[in-house]
Amino acid sequence: MSWAETLRTSLEAVRAHRMRSLLTMLGIVIGIASVILTVGLGQGAQKEVRDQIDALGRNLLIVSPGSTTDSSGVRGGFGSASTLDLDDATAISDETVAPDVADVAPVATSQAPVTVGDTNWTTQVSGTTTSWLGVRARTLASGRFFTQSEAESGASVVVLASDTAGELFDRGSPVGQTVRVGGTALTVVGVLEESGASSSGQSSEDDQAVVPLATAARLTGTSSTSLSTIYVEAGDSTTLSAAYQEVQALLLNLHGVGSDEADFTVSTQDSLVETANSTNETMTVLLTGVAAISLLVGGIGVMNIMLVSVSERVQEIGLRKALGATPSSIRRQFLLEASVLGLLGGLLGLGLGVVGALVLPSLIDQTVTVSPVAATGAVVTALALGIGFGVYPASRAARLTPIDALRSS
Amino acid sequence: MSAIIELSDVRKSYGTGNAEVHALRGVDARVDQGEYVAVVGPSGSGKSTLMHILGCLDLPTSGQFRLAGEDVSEMTEEQLADIRNRRIGFVFQQFHLLPTLSALRNVELPLVYAGVPRDVRRQRAAAALERVGLEHRTGHRPGELSGGQQQRVAVARALVTEPALVLADEPTGNLDSTSTQDVLGLLDDLHDSGRTIVLITHEHEVAARAGRSLVIDDGAIVSDVPSARAAAEVRS
Repeated sequence: MSWAETLRTSLEAVRAHRMRSLLTMLGIVIGIASVILTVGLGQGAQKEVRDQIDALGRNLLIVSPGSTTDSSGVRGGFGSASTLDLDDATAISDETVAPDVADVAPVATSQAPVTVGDTNWTTQVSGTTTSWLGVRARTLASGRFFTQSEAESGASVVVLASDTAGELFDRGSPVGQTVRVGGTALTVVGVLEESGASSSGQSSEDDQAVVPLATAARLTGTSSTSLSTIYVEAGDSTTLSAAYQEVQALLLNLHGVGSDEADFTVSTQDSLVETANSTNETMTVLLTGVAAISLLVGGIGVMNIMLVSVSERVQEIGLRKALGATPSSIRRQFLLEASVLGLLGGLLGLGLGVVGALVLPSLIDQTVTVSPVAATGAVVTALALGIGFGVYPASRAARLTPIDALRSS
Repeated sequence: MSAIIELSDVRKSYGTGNAEVHALRGVDARVDQGEYVAVVGPSGSGKSTLMHILGCLDLPTSGQFRLAGEDVSEMTEEQLADIRNRRIGFVFQQFHLLPTLSALRNVELPLVYAGVPRDVRRQRAAAALERVGLEHRTGHRPGELSGGQQQRVAVARALVTEPALVLADEPTGNLDSTSTQDVLGLLDDLHDSGRTIVLITHEHEVAARAGRSLVIDDGAIVSDVPSARAAAEVRS
């Protein structure tokens, strides 16, 4: 019997026992759907992290105070003082010392209530320089950023992030209006465009008030020049690692410490992505493991039902053998039937997974990405399960003798 | 006349030692082309075992069986499947039609295993169904047919490969008297058109339709006589 004929026979058998076939496939359907969803969730989360970190700015190095080493935990400054200050930022921006650094934006942040009339909104006040806008790859929705002279003089101007502007001003343009931080009145000169990072996580990117460094110091009533972060932009992606080395060496030198005593951390976007993903990956591996077990159970289900099907169809097998079916053609018939069940189960599972991927994001606020690779892999896996768990029932069927098979009635 | 069946000292035993059962104790027989032979015997006589061997469904423990000139005794399972397909048309007591297939698809089943192309298969299966008078039932499934009609489909299936031997095992055992006459009439027609038929039965009135009766008892052939019909023909 040709393969085409055998396939036709197998398809007919699956169709003739619709309900049983459906129940047989159920395990595989659920298994494949859950594999697709877990892998999709993992990939979605990774993509989200990547997007958020990209939104921080391009070719960015982030220098933050303190460092974690294996032995001593977090190494911070004395008391609450930051280990980074404006001198560090100035040194990094020196072209002869760090030629691969394109621009530097020192940032000092503090939490403060901002008021407009009766409206009060506590937000992050970020003191920085005019470089900030370019380094962080941000744009303005309206108005302008503060100027170099405003920055130097510590003028009473502020640029609001989009969420902050929305909280403080119900309607009308905030530009030109006055907000108060503590006792100081600040003129709003501009509003930032949304950062592009999605709403979950990194929310502070769209909720902050950006002021010149000198103004920030005046608002918090300190003359300290300590910084919470220094953002460093490398010329392009090829000079990123060179810039990393330069910044690292320069700061170690300035602080007079060895590399194993560093009191600061230089991170790149990639290292941030990696850190974020390592958590996600653990979850994905775990969930995929669970899904794989459900697939295994589904496969055993196929084998179970195929064995039942073989013993139920003993007479059919006997008759086919009496009419000239060889053991190998009987084996092929049942193996193909199991493969058809596996393949159909895989396709149905893929369908269910895709539907889940479309519905789930609106329920749990999490992106689900179904990649073609994962989809193909899932269907191939289901087919392999069908074949793998069909081998034993098929050889049982092939071994039946025609006499015994015909006699059982 | 060339021999279709040649059995020489065919023995079949099951089990070993004390539990050994001798189902056939040395059977010699010959059936020529165009003969209509009944194998008669009570249950437990060994006629089912003989039918299995004649149908190439089982191999003798010792002795030789030649079917249409081919020695079957030493064949592998694959070769047996092939010779069953080419040489033998089965008619069973329980019809053994596949319930999910139409009459036409049931009839073409042996041709599927013979590797006959689909359109030729369709044609030959339709012709075989016409031969048994069921050309208007080709699309019906077995469940939609009466017992007699089902057995006629089975006869059509046995014919479709043009086999050297039609082997009918109690073909009327599950039929009422009208259908019995129907099916036996069909076998008579086949015989008249030159087919070789071996009919296994325990009913003497059924055996009477055959030209010759082989009576089997306790694993051996105890008589080989012309049937009543043959006798009747001689008388007339």
